[in-house]
Amino acid sequence: MIMDFQVVVLAGGVSKKLLPLVSKEIPNALLPVANRPVISYVLELLELSNLKDLIVVVEGEDAALHVGGWISAAYADRLHVEVAAVPEDVGTAGAIRAIAHHLTAKDILVVSGDLVSDVPLGAVAATHRRHDAVVTAMLCSAPVSGPSESGSSGGKDKTKKPGRYNLIGLDPTQQFLLHIATGAEVEKDLRVQKSILRAAGQIEIRADLMDAHLYAFKRSVLQEVLDQKGTFHSLKHDVLPYLVRSQLKSEALLNGISQVEENGTEKIIAQSSQQMLSQILANASEQTFHQRYVLGPNGTSFRKTHKCCVYIAGSNKYCARLNSIQAYSDINRDVIGEANHLSGYSFSAHNNIIHPSAELGAKTTVGPHCMLGEGSQMGDKCSVKRSVIGRHCRIGANVKVVNSVVMNHVTIGDCCSIQGSVICSNVQLQERAVLKDCQVGAGFVVAAGSECKGEILAKK
Amino acid sequence: MDPSRRAPRSAIDPVPKFRQVGFFTPGAPPERSQSGPPDPTHSPPVSDVSPSANSLSPVMIPPPRHLSDNLAIHARPTLASPLRAESLAAGGGGSSFGDFFPAPMSPATQASSSYSSRMAAGEGSFFDRHGVRGDKGNNNGKVASSFPRGGFDLTAMKKVSGGGGGGGSGAGVPASELTTVSVVNDSLAIHEKEKANRGGGSAVEAKDQSTGSKQQKPKTTKAERRALQESQRAAKAAAKAEGNKASGTATSANAKPAKAVKPTPKVDNAAVAASEKKGGDCPPEKDRKKDVPQPRMQYDDKSRVEKAKRRAMVKQTEARNRVELFRHLPQYEHGSQLPDLESKFFHLDPVHPTVYKVGLQYLSGDICGANARCIAMLQAFQEAIKDYRVPPEKTLVRDLTAKIGSYVSFLNECRPISISMGNAIRFLKSRIAKLPLTVSESEAKVSLQSDIERFISEKIILANKVIVKHAVTKIRDGDVLLTYGSSSAVEMILLHAHELGKQFRVVVVDSRPKLRGQILLRRLLEKGLNCEYTHINAVSYIMHEVTRVFLGASSVLSNGTVYSRVGTACVAMVAHEFRVPVIVCCEAYKFHERVQLDSICSNELGDPDIISNVRGREGVNYLDGWANVENLQLLNLIYDATPSDYVSMIVTDYGMVPPTSVPVIVREYGREQVWI
Repeated sequence: MIMDFQVVVLAGGVSKKLLPLVSKEIPNALLPVANRPVISYVLELLELSNLKDLIVVVEGEDAALHVGGWISAAYADRLHVEVAAVPEDVGTAGAIRAIAHHLTAKDILVVSGDLVSDVPLGAVAATHRRHDAVVTAMLCSAPVSGPSESGSSGGKDKTKKPGRYNLIGLDPTQQFLLHIATGAEVEKDLRVQKSILRAAGQIEIRADLMDAHLYAFKRSVLQEVLDQKGTFHSLKHDVLPYLVRSQLKSEALLNGISQVEENGTEKIIAQSSQQMLSQILANASEQTFHQRYVLGPNGTSFRKTHKCCVYIAGSNKYCARLNSIQAYSDINRDVIGEANHLSGYSFSAHNNIIHPSAELGAKTTVGPHCMLGEGSQMGDKCSVKRSVIGRHCRIGANVKVVNSVVMNHVTIGDCCSIQGSVICSNVQLQERAVLKDCQVGAGFVVAAGSECKGEILAKK
Repeated sequence: MDPSRRAPRSAIDPVPKFRQVGFFTPGAPPERSQSGPPDPTHSPPVSDVSPSANSLSPVMIPPPRHLSDNLAIHARPTLASPLRAESLAAGGGGSSFGDFFPAPMSPATQASSSYSSRMAAGEGSFFDRHGVRGDKGNNNGKVASSFPRGGFDLTAMKKVSGGGGGGGSGAGVPASELTTVSVVNDSLAIHEKEKANRGGGSAVEAKDQSTGSKQQKPKTTKAERRALQESQRAAKAAAKAEGNKASGTATSANAKPAKAVKPTPKVDNAAVAASEKKGGDCPPEKDRKKDVPQPRMQYDDKSRVEKAKRRAMVKQTEARNRVELFRHLPQYEHGSQLPDLESKFFHLDPVHPTVYKVGLQYLSGDICGANARCIAMLQAFQEAIKDYRVPPEKTLVRDLTAKIGSYVSFLNECRPISISMGNAIRFLKSRIAKLPLTVSESEAKVSLQSDIERFISEKIILANKVIVKHAVTKIRDGDVLLTYGSSSAVEMILLHAHELGKQFRVVVVDSRPKLRGQILLRRLLEKGLNCEYTHINAVSYIMHEVTRVFLGASSVLSNGTVYSRVGTACVAMVAHEFRVPVIVCCEAYKFHERVQLDSICSNELGDPDIISNVRGREGVNYLDGWANVENLQLLNLIYDATPSDYVSMIVTDYGMVPPTSVPVIVREYGREQVWI
């Protein structure tokens, strides 16, 4: 336990949002991004931060087996990973509940397994510690719409209902979280707590930030909340908003907690010297509004507060969550494109990655920001642009692949055209198939000459 | 060797070729500035200092230091030994020292004059730094000869020139050439050798020493001065022969300042190695050797800075445009430090999480103020000790001391540790060192934790209570109290007085960029005190109506100098000018035996960006990107030194004392043994 932190990776199970890309065999966590399971990005980020003791929570026994198997094979002597399986549909809060007895450290870092980011985790943890916060959430700038035509990569459902935003209220110093409403509708009234507004004096409401689902929780508080509020299902939608809402009246919350912020404990012990001590410490610096609120208008009240902090990732950092099909294509594009340092591959002079064992036919061009996996074969006169092609694919002649992801063992007939699509493993595309913005589930066979646009093709 | 002799060496250089930052009584005798015209090339503004006796000299700009000066620093020790006695004599001889040191405006008491001689010691290195310059000798000579009284003796002058000129020992008025480095080194080596020979400093040798150094002395010494010096030496030797350091106080008036002078090496100037060595063998007792502190790092010493940087855990990018005079202080680009340290959060294994947290809070400014920083640090150490396990095959005493040392250096990288913290660390280390070997690990840890607890409660909290009790007696109905910044002690005093039902008004004086006064103001208003708030620019206006000034302090040094938040000196001086008593509230654990005359040799540099920006008005950004402007240097000093003359009284946990009594408290209560 480095620095008294424990890391929980919530790898999820088989998400409905990502169908047909995911299946029992390939749960969310193992979905390949640039030919690497997406969870490897998180694990590598953790390893880079020197965090080598992890608990990976997977929904569903089967998924857990697969994820565990892959991790043990890939990180055998690098990381110490424990995989825990929880029932499906318990939600993120339920997942933490299920493994609560394993948590002993002072603070818990909860990372979503579908995070692709290069934000230093230490910074989040350090911010958390510095403020002695109850929860610290990492926010990153919401991805603006990429080259693809669809809007925010926050998810297809959001692009369909353009009125939804993540509304995040910050204090003027941009250190504290005062309000959070994920996916709130703008048309509706925005309800801000008066007490918080009064204490902070000013709230900055931002819609350009996204909750990256990377939290540092104070363990004692998290467990207490989860115990008390049995109905809480999700960390993001229930626990975090609850903590933010109750930050100025945390009386109930902090009862059983030994170490709270200075104001908390030291006011309980009403000894004069302790008061003096806290007075000296309070004098230490610019007070946050929490401390001012604790002191109250006449300075004698015994109000208790806790702090909800944010760490806002710099604009030069990449941060995205693979929580939708749109995000999947975006992330694939970014990882071999602008954020290619994340992929861990070394790019050729043409700014692409072609595995040495891949075979290219005559007059076949592979453009920049492309990736061609091990053992794949391409016929003559093919053209690949901004796409990822997996291992052992057999691609015929005169095939165009643009802005797409082709997974492993895919067979593509001659004269196919694939644009903005995701082709899962073991798919067979017969001659002259034209796919635009389609998702093709694993093992599907696309008939010759068929033209599809914006369809989901999967085995029944 | 006797410390007394070493001490006032610096006093010799009568032409202050330095910029005075902080406040100085312009008491310099007119004859000096007239008869000894300042060296046109090097110290043009000197003459401005003296003439007007009452106007405050703002700042004197020194000549820019060149590489040769740096080299010269190493040569300085050569000047030291032979002069000490003479200059001491000068100090004893009268108030001539007061000339360029903050001389009391009121007639100096005997005590204060002796202090001033010690202050001179503190200044020494600074003077010497310039004093070695070749053409310096000229200057000195002139000045000295213009002294009718001979308080500054020619010998001393000559020594200076001798050191500079590499042994050009002419008469008092030598035009010595520019120093060459090799020569300087030579002479240094010689002196070192001599020192080595003399090492041990036992009582028997003392006599020889005196004769030895006598021989070194130049022939031109006037007879009577030599006689005086002889007598001093004899007295000192006698004192030593008794082998009792306490006797130093009893023997003679000469010996007394000598003893008090002992801590001078604390004054961290460029004195580095040689002076330390000297300091090392000066006390005959072994345990005294320990007291000699490591010379503080000089940040204009490139190679050492490099070395330190390699060890550093906090990324330290040197700020580019640093003010020349403050190059010896660490100054880094503040912007990049915090994110970098934060991102390394999980990589700093050796640092305990609590210590790390405190370090982050120092770095980000979440904790500031001497008391709060000290308490936070001690509590972090307490946690660290609680979690500490003695590694196999190591002893607790050694390993824990090393561990605490590494924590301290980490905290020091986050923000230079304050004097009060230094005292607390010293206390803790001495407690660790004094742990009996037989005691078990858990017992040792418990005892250390309770020691820390006791330090916090007795030295800080209880001390504050006592201070409040004392200081409240100085508040009468109808008073108008002025305070500067936000001092926890002062706040408690005001609140307590208010609780007692005294009728008074508070003027809170504040200054940019921290605006700490607003924090105090808010709390005072919450309690219903009558307040007035102004910025320091208006202090001379508001001082008319003020009847008392209460100030907090970061530290009080043994010459009575109050080391405190920058601006304090200004407030104190204005108050002094208006005949308003200045009461400084400072816990005794913040006292330090160091002597400091100005705020240059030891200070802290804050983030210059803070002063170039206006908070809350992002539109005011005329200085954005100033770091790339070659001819602009920003200076954000954190502390300044208030000379004791402006301080009417220091309220401390041992009672209300005049600033001249600080050394007594340091001496009698400052020892670690007394602390527990």
